Amino acid sequence: MAADTTNLLTVRDLAAHYGHIEALRPTSLNGGPGEFVTILGPNGAGKTTLLRAITRLIPSSGKVEFKGQDVTKFKTNELAGLGIIMVMEGRGLFSDMSVKENLQIGAYKLPGSQADKDRQLDKVFTLFPRLKERLTQTASSMSGGEQQMLAVGRALMADPKLLILDEPSLGLAPRVATEILSTLGSLNKEGLGILLVEQKAPLALKLAQRVYILSSGSVRAELPTHEIKSHHDLAKYYFA
Amino acid sequence: MTSPNITSPKPAAPAAKFASRFDRFQVVLLGLSALAVCFALIYGGYLLTVMQMAMIYAIFCVGLNFFMGYTGQASFGQNSFACIGGYGSAILCVQYGWEPALALIGAMVVAGFFALIIGYPTLRLRGHYLAMATFSLGLITYDISIQWTSVTQGYMGYAGIPSLGIGNWTVESERGKLVVLAVLLAFAFWLSLRMRDSRFGRGLRAISGSENGAAALGVRVPRFKLIAFVVAALYASAAGSLYAYTFNFISPEAFGPAMSILTFTMLFVGGVGTIVGPIIGAVVTSLLQEVVRGSGHYQDIAYAVGLLATLIYAPKGLSALGGLFRRKKEEA
Repeated sequence: MAADTTNLLTVRDLAAHYGHIEALRPTSLNGGPGEFVTILGPNGAGKTTLLRAITRLIPSSGKVEFKGQDVTKFKTNELAGLGIIMVMEGRGLFSDMSVKENLQIGAYKLPGSQADKDRQLDKVFTLFPRLKERLTQTASSMSGGEQQMLAVGRALMADPKLLILDEPSLGLAPRVATEILSTLGSLNKEGLGILLVEQKAPLALKLAQRVYILSSGSVRAELPTHEIKSHHDLAKYYFA
Repeated sequence: MTSPNITSPKPAAPAAKFASRFDRFQVVLLGLSALAVCFALIYGGYLLTVMQMAMIYAIFCVGLNFFMGYTGQASFGQNSFACIGGYGSAILCVQYGWEPALALIGAMVVAGFFALIIGYPTLRLRGHYLAMATFSLGLITYDISIQWTSVTQGYMGYAGIPSLGIGNWTVESERGKLVVLAVLLAFAFWLSLRMRDSRFGRGLRAISGSENGAAALGVRVPRFKLIAFVVAALYASAAGSLYAYTFNFISPEAFGPAMSILTFTMLFVGGVGTIVGPIIGAVVTSLLQEVVRGSGHYQDIAYAVGLLATLIYAPKGLSALGGLFRRKKEEA
C-alpha cells in the first residue's frame, strides 16, 4: 500500500495482545494535520492499548505512518524525536523532580537554540500560569489539576506536531477538567494535531472534529462529531 | 512575557550555586562527616583506618547511587567491578610495574569494558530479576577471585601492592592516605554532581520516575541505563583500586558479597537518590560498626537495631531527614 502523505497520522490494522488476550483487534484510523480526533469507548474497550501501540510502548502488529513516513519499526523515543508526544494515563510525571526539572525534561528532544526553548517555556507559562508559581515545588506535592497541567505543559515543551493524550481529565474536578480540555482546544486552533482518549464524552465531542468509537478492542464507528446529537447516539455504538 | 529561563539558568556564583543544592540539615551532616575526618587525622590510630574505609566506600556508593538512586535500578553485583579494580591495579603494579595512578585508570577501563558487555544483556531484565542477575555476577566474580589462584593467589591474598602515588611521589603515611582519599572523594562527588545536573543526569532521573514516561519524551532508556551501569562500575573499580593502594593487600573477602550488602546498606542509610546520601551513609555506617563493637557478643544485634531504627524513622535516609522535619513542621 502506498504511503499516505495527506494525513499526519495513519494507523493500519494495528493489533496488540497481552499474553493470549487480544486487547486490540486490527484497527485503522487516521488524523489530518491540525485535526482534533477523539477516541471514545467504555472501560476495557482498548483505548489505552491503542495509544500505547501507536507510540510503541507495547509490541503490536500492523502499520503506523507519520507524515507519510513508515514509523512502525521506530522506538518510543524516536517517535518523540519526530514530534509525537504522549501524555500518559496517570500523567507519568517524575514525582520526585521539581516542576522546573519536569519541564526541562520535556524539552529533552527539542532542537534549536536556547531562545527556542525559552520561547516554548513562555508559551507553556501563558497557557498554565500556575506552573510558573510552582516552579521549585516537587511534582508530587501539587494538586491533581496542577499535575495534569504540568503533564500537558511538559509535553508542549517538546513542541509536538502530534499530541496524544490518554484520559487527561481522569480524577479531576469538572471545572479543572474543562479548563485543561479547553486549553487543548486552543492549541488545536493554533494548528496542533491532537489525538485524545477521553471518558468525558460531552467535553471531548465539543472540541474534536472527528470521533472514533472503540468497543471490545475494535473500531465500531468513525464519525464527524457534529453527527452525534445525543448520548443515545453514542450508546448505540458503545453497546452494539 | 519573560520566562525565568529554566533551561539554562543564569550562572550564579559557584559557591552559592553549590550551596543551593543542599538543605541546612544536609550541610550539617556533611560538616559532621568532615569533622570526623579531621578528628581521625588528629587522633590517629585505628580511627584513621575506619575513616579510610569510609572514604573508599563513599566513592563506591557515589557511583552506586547513579545506578540505584538516580536511575532507580537494582544492582547487587557492583562488588565485581571493585574486584576488577583491586586485582587489576595490584597485578598491573606488581607484575608489570605500572605507576599506581596509571594502573588505577587501566583497571577502570577494563571494569568499564566488562560492565558494558555484561550490562548490555543483563539490563534487559527488570526489578527482582535484575537484582538476582547482578547478585549472581557478584558471586561469580568472588568465586573466580578465590579459584583463579595463579592470578589472584586465592585466599592467600595479594600482598606487596604499592601505595598510591605519581612518579617519585607516593603517599605512605596513614594520615596522608586519608587526606588523599578525602580529596579524591570530593572530586568524585563534584563529578557526580556535574553529571546529575546535566541533560544525561536528568534523563536518568526521569527513567527512575517512569521508564515509559521518559521514553515518551525522547530519552533512550536502554542506552542511559547501560551508561549509568558503566558509570557505577567505573566508580566501583576506582574504589577497589584505592582499597588496594591504601592497605597494600587485597584478598577475595574484601570484594565479596558482603561488600555489596554493606554498600547497599550505606546507600539506604544515607539516602538513596539523594546528593549527599552516599557520603553520609558511608561515614555513619562505618562509624556505627565501630561504636557497636564495644557491645561484645551483642554487637551484631546492636548494629541491626541501629540500622533498623534508621530505616524506620528515616525511610528516605538520614540526608532526607531535613525535608521530613520541614514537612512535619508545615503540617503542624
